[in-house]
Amino acid sequence: MYRFDYVKAKSLKDAGRLLARHGEAKLMAGGMTLIPTLKQRLARPSHLVDIAQLTELQGIKLKAGKLEIGAATRHHQVAASAIVRKSIPALARLAGVIGDPQVRNRGTIGGSVANNDPAADYPAAVLGLGATIVTSQREIAADDFFQGMFATALKDGEIVVRIVFPVPRRAAYSKFPHPASGYAMTGVFVAQTADGARVAVTGAGPGVFRWKQAEAALIRSAKPAALEGVALDASDFNSDIHADAEYRANLVRVMAKRAVAKLGRK
Amino acid sequence: MAKITITVNGVKHTRKVEDRALLANFLRDDLGLTGTHVGCDTSQCGCCTVQIDGRSVKSCTVLAVQADGSKVTTIEGLAKKDKLHPVQRAFAECHGLQCGFCTPGMIMATVGLLKDNPNPTEDEIIHGLEGNLCRCTGYINIVKAVKKSAKLMRGKAR
Repeated sequence: MYRFDYVKAKSLKDAGRLLARHGEAKLMAGGMTLIPTLKQRLARPSHLVDIAQLTELQGIKLKAGKLEIGAATRHHQVAASAIVRKSIPALARLAGVIGDPQVRNRGTIGGSVANNDPAADYPAAVLGLGATIVTSQREIAADDFFQGMFATALKDGEIVVRIVFPVPRRAAYSKFPHPASGYAMTGVFVAQTADGARVAVTGAGPGVFRWKQAEAALIRSAKPAALEGVALDASDFNSDIHADAEYRANLVRVMAKRAVAKLGRK
Repeated sequence: MAKITITVNGVKHTRKVEDRALLANFLRDDLGLTGTHVGCDTSQCGCCTVQIDGRSVKSCTVLAVQADGSKVTTIEGLAKKDKLHPVQRAFAECHGLQCGFCTPGMIMATVGLLKDNPNPTEDEIIHGLEGNLCRCTGYINIVKAVKKSAKLMRGKAR
């Protein structure tokens, strides 16, 4: 690691000030992506601003029919939360299959969403449920937030405060994990809401995306067979040593069908 | 440099550390607690697993400054004098190791797993130890050791 100065922010405002003062500063919450990145010398921040302990970023609550999760909430807290398990059980289950237990004990939902790794799990839930990302400056709809590989709508100095999830009628997530890293080779989140169906895919393309043809098919019939032969544009899918684009395209269909099959089950 | 105070295995330590120092290196080099092994140093193998405030973490992926003010338990903190912790005993009795390099991490991860789930199924054990790699055993006896640990800790075995 290159040298940096570590600073614990005292409040959300303080974190904002520190970022404004030090142009090369980076925010850190769980550090599960950032620390390995620093160790490989792939980043050289002047300062690390730790926001994991900020009270403004904690807490899980149901408010006006929506589930609010503070940005610094760790994956294991979401997985174990009675409120999440009752209101959106698929989200609790997704949090319970991120990485491994040690990662889930440190990593945070805000960190995962802000990082927008193309193979991360949370972006699929945030986009699939049509959540809203509340930042230190504004509210951003998930449809506008995720902008491809590691890219988001966040501006310099903007901090994710909480994620607000509308509670769906039913939802399910199905993931084919990479056997070593636990990242999604492909993961599909399916939600049925009052407005219709949403299907979000992670791991397959350069960033999380909605499979709109599948959403249309599921409005007609919410059964796995409804996805048979539905068009899927795999032209920009990832091809690597683990799986080529064609294989990932097949995984999208299989994972989507499995998620739809899970919808009926509690 | 930063001044940190960390309680390790019940003993409070105040030290100056580099901001970029990893908790694993702080434990090994500053405190001499070399039971915490560094295997891959890339957050994958879990050999360096310790507990911070009762939750398992990979200490090669935590900065020492992040643990300031917290309570850390390492493999050295489990036994009470000559009396092994039930998980240590179960790993010895079930031969849940061969070379032993991964064992401190396996044991610390098992302690964390059993805290959340005192009576895990085989699937839950396998899922619960996903963050720990063993290159010798094929995991068979490790899973056996975790089952025995659970029984010992629930008072259902001798």
